[in-house]
Amino acid sequence: MRDLTTKETASDQEHENVLHIKGLKKSFGKKEVLRDINLDVKRGENVVVLGKSGSGKSVIIQCIVGMISPDAGVLQVFGEEVSSLNEKELKKLRTRIGFLFQSGALYDSMTVRENMEFPLMRILKLRNQAEIDKRVEEVLKSVGLFESIDKMPSDLSGGMRKRAGLARTLVLNPELMLYDEPTTGLDPITSREISNLVLQLQKKYKTTSIIITHDMECAAITADRVLVLSDGKFVAEGSFEEVKISKNQFVSSFFK
Amino acid sequence: MNDEALSGWRIRLAEKGEQVAFLKDFLKNLFRGGFEWSEFIRQCYEIGYKSFTLVGTTAFIMGLVMAMQLRPTLIGFGAESMLPKSLAVSIVKEIGPVITAIICAGKIASGIGAELGSMKVTEQIDAMEVSGANPMQFLVVTRILATTAMVPLLTLLGDVLGLLGGFLAININGSVSLLLYFNKCIASLGFSDLLPAFIKTIFFGFVIGFIGCYKGYNSNKGTESVGIAANSAVVVASLWIFVIDAIVVQVSNTLIY
Repeated sequence: MRDLTTKETASDQEHENVLHIKGLKKSFGKKEVLRDINLDVKRGENVVVLGKSGSGKSVIIQCIVGMISPDAGVLQVFGEEVSSLNEKELKKLRTRIGFLFQSGALYDSMTVRENMEFPLMRILKLRNQAEIDKRVEEVLKSVGLFESIDKMPSDLSGGMRKRAGLARTLVLNPELMLYDEPTTGLDPITSREISNLVLQLQKKYKTTSIIITHDMECAAITADRVLVLSDGKFVAEGSFEEVKISKNQFVSSFFK
Repeated sequence: MNDEALSGWRIRLAEKGEQVAFLKDFLKNLFRGGFEWSEFIRQCYEIGYKSFTLVGTTAFIMGLVMAMQLRPTLIGFGAESMLPKSLAVSIVKEIGPVITAIICAGKIASGIGAELGSMKVTEQIDAMEVSGANPMQFLVVTRILATTAMVPLLTLLGDVLGLLGGFLAININGSVSLLLYFNKCIASLGFSDLLPAFIKTIFFGFVIGFIGCYKGYNSNKGTESVGIAANSAVVVASLWIFVIDAIVVQVSNTLIY
């Protein structure tokens, strides 16, 4: 495990990188949320970002997808600098990124099927109903939600909503998946199911993933690499087992 | 205290700027390809059809009560025969459009404000945006156009039912045929009465949709902001209805007379 309080993350194989972040800074008013974020993510990697609530974990992925503009630093996704993209280019980039919101963010006026059809018809501009049905059914089967295809989001449980939200992002076959606390608000059994599902789907769809969480079990199941965020910086990096035995008091407090 | 007042004005001015930017965004998306026809039709149904009963009932009762109130006054002047004309002019030119718009502000603007506000709180709008879809086009353009199209139709319904209410009130104490009553009503209205009344309903519809969408789309991410969005949508839209009414009446009077 490397201690990152004094070192910067280095990108040794730039061409393989899906994401390259260097010196990222973001403040809200006088509050400095991200002070110096450095991160490189390689294709096919599952990176888990651990940190306390309100530490700015979600701000990182919101910057990646262009929802929030960083104050300073380099942020390249698929080799493109996000802050320099115009509206059209940003939209195109977003079609390659999947974002799973904490709540699932299902469109509550639409059935599960319509939720899946929405991005297919508007982003991929699919018009062939047979092809749309095939893709919707396939993705719902892969998250184990095919039986609920015609249900409204209000009829689904918390875990089912997360599965449906996950299916809606996967239906576009994104290359990079961003998970914003995928297990928050779920019971331990459902949390474990969702974490395993994230791992299965990452293997099936060959996506690169960044998982924001403070659920240690989720991190243990899904992570290839764990980063710990504190005071706007990553203070530790390594495999789950490596981070677990860290001598850093803040990092070790997560595992108690 | 002065600083507080100044900061209040700054916030209001900033909000006006945001409204102009929102309008610009709406216009940009209006003329962009890929109009959401199915959502527009769904919104017309939700906004228009589902308001028929409320608008119709209210307008009918308003016409009924107005006729009941006017009748004794007109009898005092020996002008009872002027009742259909008085009702037609007041309902079609003023009461019908304004009452319909106020009811729609209460029902539709608050509904849109609350719906979009709750979509904002539950990150549904963000989800649309980050997926690469266009929430402005899907949620805002369709709703504003639907209110702009439906409020004039609802006003037309309100006018007819208001006049029918007046017909009922006249027939409680007297007797007049429906044909004669409507003949008198229509004869008392000219093109110069109907056109400004119709034009202002289009503006009313637009402002109801626009304010509802603006308040909902720009609400904060807290549960209470849904209530605030719905409430302020009604208040601001109602205020705008009276302002537009005054402007349209003044402009049409200047142009016509």
